[in-house]
Amino acid sequence: MRVKYFAWVRERVGVAEETVEPPADVRTVTDLIGWLSSRGEAYAYAFEEPKVIRAAIDHAHVKPDAAIAGAREIAFFPPMTGG
Amino acid sequence: MSVTATIRIQEADFDVAGEIAALSQGRTDVGAVVTFSGVCRGSENGEPIAALTLEHYPGMAEAEIGRHADEALARWPLKGLTIIHRFGRIAPGENIVLVVTASSHRQAAFEAADFLMDYLKTNAPFWKREESEKGTSWVDARDHDDAAAARWTKP
Repeated sequence: MRVKYFAWVRERVGVAEETVEPPADVRTVTDLIGWLSSRGEAYAYAFEEPKVIRAAIDHAHVKPDAAIAGAREIAFFPPMTGG
Repeated sequence: MSVTATIRIQEADFDVAGEIAALSQGRTDVGAVVTFSGVCRGSENGEPIAALTLEHYPGMAEAEIGRHADEALARWPLKGLTIIHRFGRIAPGENIVLVVTASSHRQAAFEAADFLMDYLKTNAPFWKREESEKGTSWVDARDHDDAAAARWTKP
């Protein structure tokens, strides 16, 4: 699946997007954050406060317990500040 | 006739008067047009800023604003709706966002514009970064924006 990062999450991770293949026991958004955090210091820094991270699956907001099965694109970003 | 919202996510500036005219000119069923323009301030918390840079999530920005536009059209009897949100570098005094609602009577137009702005602030995937003499920093989300959006879901 493709993973995208925005704003300071993107800056901390160091890439805007990448393709990842998490193991089968990574089932929810929370699981995916945990798995990504284990991939290195940059990821651990980006996700150090999981509660402030927002997620979207295929262009729609989702909650942390949302299942990621079948997702084409998952995005992680800080609270939005548009408008 | 069903109303279709006009939604544009663009780097270029927009013409407020032209967008109002596009919704109301040559029509006799519109009795109220409400316009909200968000403009870049030249200072934040008393500190001057040089510019804002807005990052957005292409694809999701259109989808998310489209969902809120559909909800506004379902909740209020609107005759027309235009939403424009800019991205990229925006200097103080320049436009950031525009919501134009047209209806037969003013209450629907006011409420729908208010609702849409509250949701754009908290749910549309845009992030502001400020440039000032001290460098650049991401703008923090504000609790009162979340509270403003929440009042539309209360029974």
